[in-house]
Amino acid sequence: MLAVKNLQKAFGPLLAVRGVSFNAEQGEVVGFLGPNGAGKTTTMRMITGFLPPTAGTAMIAGHDISEDGREAKKNIGYLPENAPVYGDMTVTNYLAFIAEIRGFTGSTRNKKVDETIEKCRLTKVRHQAIGTLSKGFRQRVCFAQALLHDPPVLIMDEPTDGLDPNQKHLVRTMIREMSARKTIVVSTHILEEVEAVCTRAIIICNGAIIANGTPAELKARSRLHGSVEVTSKTLNDGMLSKLKSLPNAAEALVEENKVTLVPRDSEKLFQEIFSLVKSSPDWPVTGLRTIEGKLDDVFRELTGGR
Amino acid sequence: MDFMRNTKAIAKRELVSYFESPVAYVFIVVFLMLLGFLTFFVSNFYEIGQADLRPFFFWHPWLFLILVPAAAMRLWAEERRAGTIETLFTLPVTMTEAILGKFLAAWLFLGLIIFLTFPIVITAVYLGNPDKGAIISGYLGSFLLAGAYLSVGMLTSAFTRNQVISFVLSVMICLFLLLAGWPPVTSMLVNWAPEWMVNAVAAFGFMPHYEACQKGVIDTRDLAYYLSVMIFMLFGTYVVLENRKSA
Repeated sequence: MLAVKNLQKAFGPLLAVRGVSFNAEQGEVVGFLGPNGAGKTTTMRMITGFLPPTAGTAMIAGHDISEDGREAKKNIGYLPENAPVYGDMTVTNYLAFIAEIRGFTGSTRNKKVDETIEKCRLTKVRHQAIGTLSKGFRQRVCFAQALLHDPPVLIMDEPTDGLDPNQKHLVRTMIREMSARKTIVVSTHILEEVEAVCTRAIIICNGAIIANGTPAELKARSRLHGSVEVTSKTLNDGMLSKLKSLPNAAEALVEENKVTLVPRDSEKLFQEIFSLVKSSPDWPVTGLRTIEGKLDDVFRELTGGR
Repeated sequence: MDFMRNTKAIAKRELVSYFESPVAYVFIVVFLMLLGFLTFFVSNFYEIGQADLRPFFFWHPWLFLILVPAAAMRLWAEERRAGTIETLFTLPVTMTEAILGKFLAAWLFLGLIIFLTFPIVITAVYLGNPDKGAIISGYLGSFLLAGAYLSVGMLTSAFTRNQVISFVLSVMICLFLLLAGWPPVTSMLVNWAPEWMVNAVAAFGFMPHYEACQKGVIDTRDLAYYLSVMIFMLFGTYVVLENRKSA
């Protein structure tokens, strides 16, 4: 549905995006991650036809954005960063304008506007000027603009940026509700969001993709993936040395009453610890848990220090 | 099909947005009051004792110098400042549609303001027997002149995200084009510049074309002049936006 082919963008001598390629199909929610300035927004602006690429292109539902921009854009809904919408227009008038551009006229137009207002929970403010609305509502108006024509491809640049936790939850719920019927690309630097809504995560750094996989696959790249965390009321040196000397324990990280054992083989390590704890009834152990690894850590390992 | 629909939708939105803020009303009131003041008290419309709208039309180019750049300055500068240009150009809309839509909306708005001066025509017709052909051609010339100014304002609005800069630039360019063919300036230039140069500069000026219309002459050459100024400026807008829309 969406095929991004070797997109490149140069701003003068600066190469902001250096060859980004990926595909996304219907039902996928692709999380686009990366530090600030990594090239996420530039890439999205090229996919949506706002910026012409220096090289490469993007195919949207079979239409080349560089060659057949109009047809390609008809298949995209785009929520730009910071939700730029005309502040002096009322919500209804603005959406009516979008509906006209999207080719709806007369009563279909009004029906589309009403439906979208309903879907994006804007009924309360529909006759207010957009400039007088709070950030959360403005974001939803821009969201409504992107959804009005029910596009097969939806591209969102930091849709939850600057929203309160309730509003974030609402946006994520809406993304999940739509995800089965659409191809969605969401850029964010909030990693919990990726785990909450994305089926795939792409990490971009310095204008190039450095990781592309499901959130679980990426987490598996964490150094701590499969580590076993032992919590105890007290930790003494005897316990520590016994744990450290287990054959599958590669490394032990101690903090207060917790020790995290980094494994050579995760399953075997857990078994070893489990039997060790069972055979030592005098140990005040209160918890055992396998750590999946955190996206945060992977993100920092992959992009940090550059 | 798409072209007409999109241009119309953009023009409609732009026109509505003039009236959704107090801007439109301020423009209308200020323009009409100033024009009335200048016509009646500075040009002494009544005292001349002629049912002739020349003293009225005389002021249009000078008032447009402020009015038109002010009406044009937000067209692109505001889109760029607020970032709405990104939403606009990721809709299935071409640059040409957007430029034409905005231009037509603003021109129509200026046309409406010019139209609202009709009481002065009624006054003249009531008091005497003015040349109706000259009035119609005068209004046409005034409308065309407003369109030419507007195209300049549109270009300067595309240059920058700052409306004030756009305003000042477009006043300067319009003033230059206005004075270029104005007899007091050309007669001064004749003293030290070669005649062909004076004529070339004058040919770019608004005034000769505007004055021809005031005399009741609608010449295709004047029409062609205004049209080519507008096309040139709008094409310039296209090039500037194409290169700087995201800057």
